[in-house]
Amino acid sequence: MVPWIINTSVFKLITILVAGFVICAPAFCQVYKGKNGKVKFFSEAPLENIEAVSNEANSVFKATTGAVAVLIPIRSFVFDKTLMRDHFNETYMESNKYPEATFVGKLEGGIPENVAEDKVVTVSGKLNLHGIIQEQNIQVTLKTDANGFLNVTGKFRIRLIDHKIKIPRIVFKNIAETVEVSFELKLKQTE
Amino acid sequence: MNSFTFLASLLFLSIAHFQLQAQDDLLSDLRSDQNVDPGYVPSIFKSTRILNSHSVETLHKGNLDFRISHRFGKLNSGAYNFFGLDEATIRLGLEYGLTDRITVGIGRSSYQKTFDGYFKTKLLRQRNSKEGAFPFSLTWFSNMAINTLRTDDALLNANKSYEYRYAHQLIIARRFSRFFSFQVAPILIHTNLAETNQSNDAFAIGGGSGFNVSKRISFNIDYVYRLPDNQYKPYTNSLSLGVDIETGGHVFQLIVTNSQGIIEQVFVPKTEGLWSNGDLFYGFNISRQFNLKKNKKM
Repeated sequence: MVPWIINTSVFKLITILVAGFVICAPAFCQVYKGKNGKVKFFSEAPLENIEAVSNEANSVFKATTGAVAVLIPIRSFVFDKTLMRDHFNETYMESNKYPEATFVGKLEGGIPENVAEDKVVTVSGKLNLHGIIQEQNIQVTLKTDANGFLNVTGKFRIRLIDHKIKIPRIVFKNIAETVEVSFELKLKQTE
Repeated sequence: MNSFTFLASLLFLSIAHFQLQAQDDLLSDLRSDQNVDPGYVPSIFKSTRILNSHSVETLHKGNLDFRISHRFGKLNSGAYNFFGLDEATIRLGLEYGLTDRITVGIGRSSYQKTFDGYFKTKLLRQRNSKEGAFPFSLTWFSNMAINTLRTDDALLNANKSYEYRYAHQLIIARRFSRFFSFQVAPILIHTNLAETNQSNDAFAIGGGSGFNVSKRISFNIDYVYRLPDNQYKPYTNSLSLGVDIETGGHVFQLIVTNSQGIIEQVFVPKTEGLWSNGDLFYGFNISRQFNLKKNKKM
């Protein structure tokens, strides 16, 4: 049976496909990667507005498949008030148990050809936050700048209860039920 | 099934599998790019005090902690004294984080009209991470207290420095789990003018632990053992039991203790109450932190 396979075009097809996936020649697999992306969240509540920023979001985008992944270490968020960071990590996000937030998704309809101008596309995928995975459809704006970076910006909302992040009654007026997350990622095409 | 269908489905499966794997690969790729997290344990105790004793914790940079420590009178002083609630001693304190590792503070206690000032620095921090682990945190604490009670004693009035008393501590603490923390602290109290037949230096060992019953509430024990050479009568060892309740910028500590004094110079060598007699002081500490400096990293 083996010689039969070798002689057929099926084998050649398989070889080409497998080689294509495994070796991943540059032309086949345009991979964009970004380090130190900025992610910000904002909570608006009657008593106070809380804002935190992380500059450690790492992201990757595969142009061939449209696959997108973003990873943010929870401890990298910094706050105006230093004490808030402790409470954020210990009481709300339990970052020793769930040290990172991740998003894995896909760009709907593939990458637009010309992104020299702002292009709005939808990315849908799974947000893993506080150990709970939720579907998110996020409108993002793509733009390549003069230095060849692919800029990805956008915002979306997270309902804390969806991710089992509990707010005690005593600070109910300090923390919003829904927080707004905005992000600015800069990705560079890798070889 | 002929060979072709078999191969085609095999191919399809392997591609489908590859795609699934690719998603995980993407994330693990990102993980390997990540900056290394030093893995410092964020806090071992909720407050800079266990109950009476200083804990291993220092304040964050730019945080001002306003502390009200309040002790009622003796529980066994009877109905006439409303079981101690008629009396009160208080310490008001202002403490400030110069850096994340250095805290300074001043305070005034109504007990013996005492002023105190302290310096506290975190020397080592407990770490749990793959890149490096360290089993405990270490903090050095020193303070000075001056008793300003008016006296007729000519000697004391002639030389004010007789009233100076110092405390030095090395505080070693470890957070064993989310639920349990423990610290041990050798203490030296130096008194410029000692009581008759007593040494100027008193050594003791403090032990404190916190049991977190929830994210916001912990049950604490604070005990100070005086080394045998320093166990002068009628004083006893200080034992305090209490509860921490944390709500954002506030920490409330409810406390039952056999010590009336709130600073080391008093509760370490001069605790007078006996738990077995019911010489207990009910009280509370309130800590309110104000953020004076905005975080520059924002």
